[in-house]
Amino acid sequence: MKTSEGTIGKMKRIPRDHKVRRFHQAKWDEPVIFELSQPGERGVEVPRVEQEIVASVGDGVSQLPDSLRRKKRPNLPQISQFRVIRHYSRLSQEVLGADFNVEIGQGTCTMKYSPKINERFARSPKMAELHPLQDESTVQGMLEITYKLDLFLREVSGMDKFSFQPGSGTQALLTQASIVRKYHESRGEGELRNEFLTTHFSHPSQAATAAVKGFKIIYVPADENGYPDLEALKGLVSERTAAFAVANPEDTGIYNSRIKEFTDVVHAAGGLCCYDQANANGLLGITRALEAGFDMCFFNLHKTFSIPHACGGPATGAIGVTEKLEEFLPGPLVDFDGERYYYKRELKNSIGKVRSFYGVPPAVLRAYAWIRALGAEGLEEAAKIACLNNNYLYHKILQIRGASAPYIKGRRLEQVRYSWQKLTEDTGVTTYDVQRRMADFAHHYWTSHHPYIVPEPFTLEPTESYSKAELDEYIAALTHISQEAYENPEIVQTAPHNSTGHRVIESVLDDPEQWAITWRAYLKKTDKE
Amino acid sequence: MSAKPFAHPYIPNSAPAVKEQMLKEIGLGSIEEIFADIPQELRLKEKMNIPPALTEYELERHVNQLMNKNITTKEYISFLGAGCWPHFIPAVCDEINSRAEFLTAYAGEPYEDKGRFQALFEYQSLVAELVDMDVVNVPTFDWAQAASTALRMAARITKRTELLLPKNIHPDKLLIIRNYTSPDLTLTLVDFTEDTGAIDLADLQAKLGPNTAAVYFENPSFLGSLETNGQLIADLAHAAGALCVVGVDPSSLGVMEAPANYGADIVCGDLQPLGVHMHYGGGQSGFIATHDDPTFVMEYPSRLFGIAPTEVEGEYGFGDVAYDRTSFAKREKGKESVGTQTALWGITAGVYLATMGPDGMEELGQGIMQRSQYAAKQLASLPGVELKFSGPFFKEFVIDFSQTGKTVKEINAALLSRGIFGGVDLTTHDLQLEQCALFCVTEVHSKEEIDALATALASIV
Repeated sequence: MKTSEGTIGKMKRIPRDHKVRRFHQAKWDEPVIFELSQPGERGVEVPRVEQEIVASVGDGVSQLPDSLRRKKRPNLPQISQFRVIRHYSRLSQEVLGADFNVEIGQGTCTMKYSPKINERFARSPKMAELHPLQDESTVQGMLEITYKLDLFLREVSGMDKFSFQPGSGTQALLTQASIVRKYHESRGEGELRNEFLTTHFSHPSQAATAAVKGFKIIYVPADENGYPDLEALKGLVSERTAAFAVANPEDTGIYNSRIKEFTDVVHAAGGLCCYDQANANGLLGITRALEAGFDMCFFNLHKTFSIPHACGGPATGAIGVTEKLEEFLPGPLVDFDGERYYYKRELKNSIGKVRSFYGVPPAVLRAYAWIRALGAEGLEEAAKIACLNNNYLYHKILQIRGASAPYIKGRRLEQVRYSWQKLTEDTGVTTYDVQRRMADFAHHYWTSHHPYIVPEPFTLEPTESYSKAELDEYIAALTHISQEAYENPEIVQTAPHNSTGHRVIESVLDDPEQWAITWRAYLKKTDKE
Repeated sequence: MSAKPFAHPYIPNSAPAVKEQMLKEIGLGSIEEIFADIPQELRLKEKMNIPPALTEYELERHVNQLMNKNITTKEYISFLGAGCWPHFIPAVCDEINSRAEFLTAYAGEPYEDKGRFQALFEYQSLVAELVDMDVVNVPTFDWAQAASTALRMAARITKRTELLLPKNIHPDKLLIIRNYTSPDLTLTLVDFTEDTGAIDLADLQAKLGPNTAAVYFENPSFLGSLETNGQLIADLAHAAGALCVVGVDPSSLGVMEAPANYGADIVCGDLQPLGVHMHYGGGQSGFIATHDDPTFVMEYPSRLFGIAPTEVEGEYGFGDVAYDRTSFAKREKGKESVGTQTALWGITAGVYLATMGPDGMEELGQGIMQRSQYAAKQLASLPGVELKFSGPFFKEFVIDFSQTGKTVKEINAALLSRGIFGGVDLTTHDLQLEQCALFCVTEVHSKEEIDALATALASIV
């Protein structure tokens, strides 16, 4: 055999023993779309109007009074179709979606595999071309799927009824807070019960949405083991308590085994208990909201139930309640009379609505398909493997120099909030530096929600979707960066080196004189040299 | 034959050998030990009542069997609108929003998710041209949420608590706004004039007061009619120290004036008409726009992506403008809340506007007006069938069937049996529009389809 050097013999095995990926992300250096404009080009033709219509009504726009006629054409770019495709395809290559990286570094987000078959269902005309106000007889398939997903989630949670109207976890939190308010109003205690108890480890939207609904936010502090402090809670509840809202496990991955005592304390004070099940991925078939004493809960279908995150929605926060709260749900709800599926519109104390129509039905369809692909046993297996993966990762991360996991030393469920405090003290390298350096090895890495109770935090959630080899790859990248931090911190601090973009000069983004939220603002605020 | 060890295709480490190896490495005897903290009384004892797993092929057959029970708006002729509208969607929109890079991404950073930041910055910039304003947000859930937030922004800016809304607002939108603005803000409804559907200016003047934070109206209104007194309404609001918030259909803005040019301080609307399928209502996506005034910008709860230099000369960078406003940074002390909303539809709307260009948007608006006027003319020529309002309209209009002796329910049932989804029945909407229906006609409707509707109605009424 002739090789490029011209020698005869066997080809040498190509060495592949490097531990971190020799990655380089696409960098297209694309202009902003307005810079692609070429007057006279166009991307598509709109449907033509038949001559008979024109003959009948004329130009159509003369019906507009002068005050409503557009004076100046919108300054949209003029671009041929192929160039539009190339522009956006190139931008897409500058995004590290979950189909491309070992997406375990966005802890709390449950970045699992979104099966391709489910995407086909969601994009079929049988889903995409339905209008929400069609006659019920023409959407029986969609209604059956919605109703059955409700039944499945009742099994997972123990709740009695689900609404799929909230368009995300944040909107589900708003829905919970709205139900809490309406519930107490219905009992004549709306003004009195104005205190909403939650924890610092809960999602920022928990406190934020309750504040929108007029509640005073009271934080139950964490004890030295990372649990919400039960004794503190006892001192905080009163006749002013509207509700206690919490995740379990919280983003630490620590399961609060005394949770029933918490819900008992709140119920004894007359408050409701709201369960944020954003971290449900380790609990499917293991333990439920009902037995822990919650009156309501919600699941993010874009987390636990696999629908794609779509750069941040559309999504669904499926909210479930016990029977006594069903009449407070946003309407309408889907029901079944033994023969046909229909909308139940009469809800005595409904909070009204939170999102148009019924929420995001393609998300409902995808989640239904995902559950059917797993069955009861598969759901439980997903939860167990998610926890196994997490404890494997946990074990390995604690062996990395400079990394730790504050609070209890025992097992964690599906995720862990770690800390680089030691690494930062030793080397000056912060969690933000590690974040940027991880991009050089093709990995997302997210720090944590604010406030940073855990110093220099990072949160990993491996889910059930990644193989051991992939977990090992992620661990190897973190190990490599830790070693760099101790030996050559500058390479970490000046990262990213192999990513699409570089460090952004952020000061302009906080200065009203300089910030530019649109291209036209940018052109107005900048001078060409 | 012995049972083969099974690993679920979606769960790689369910392979028994791997599972065992991992347990061994971390010193566990079984996965069960991980759940030791969960008290026995909280453990689920029985199996969940969920059917056994289907293989991919079985799943495909099963879901298709169910979904094939649906009849779509591509199979029947549909004149349904009322907040979710049929429009022509260029193939490039689906091509881009189905790319896995965008579809499966979430919340990366401006360097390795730069494409997401740029695509959303461009969407903001493209919608900005349409509304002729300098600031547009990363999209929220839908028009109703955009209006709700716009009104809360107005209340914070004016430090007032009363909101004036038109009585002919979509009832569902009113429910959403009511829930979102309670308990601290109050809503008062302003009448509309019976002949044109426009806002009753005398009633508006009577209801404006020293605590009015905002006057909200829509163009076109929920009932399709156009508000021709926009500047007057804005002037009245401003004279009372209130802000003017206008909801708008962006598909109209190739031919209709941008609300900013008749006095709107905050503009909001739905992006679904811009390249997003109806998805049974799942395609809704809300936008908010304002001028580049820090007083307004600092009140947005949404993320606002801005353009910025990077440490590399000649490189565009993108990032969050005034991030400290948000609940991500400040929890309950931030502005309302932010989280997962409808980013993919924002990117799609950007692709749509870049593809349509100024000519496309102008032709779109004109073509819609021609078809809807033609449809209204054909229907109103039927005996006993009348146009409810006399003023101009864009793509929706109200038809009054009350003189036909038939209810809209009966008429729609008869249309359905002929393969037509008729207009939305307004009888139940509490707007004194007994036996009236809202018809939607856009660029997707051919003359043949409009004529088919007229012919069917002629035989029904």
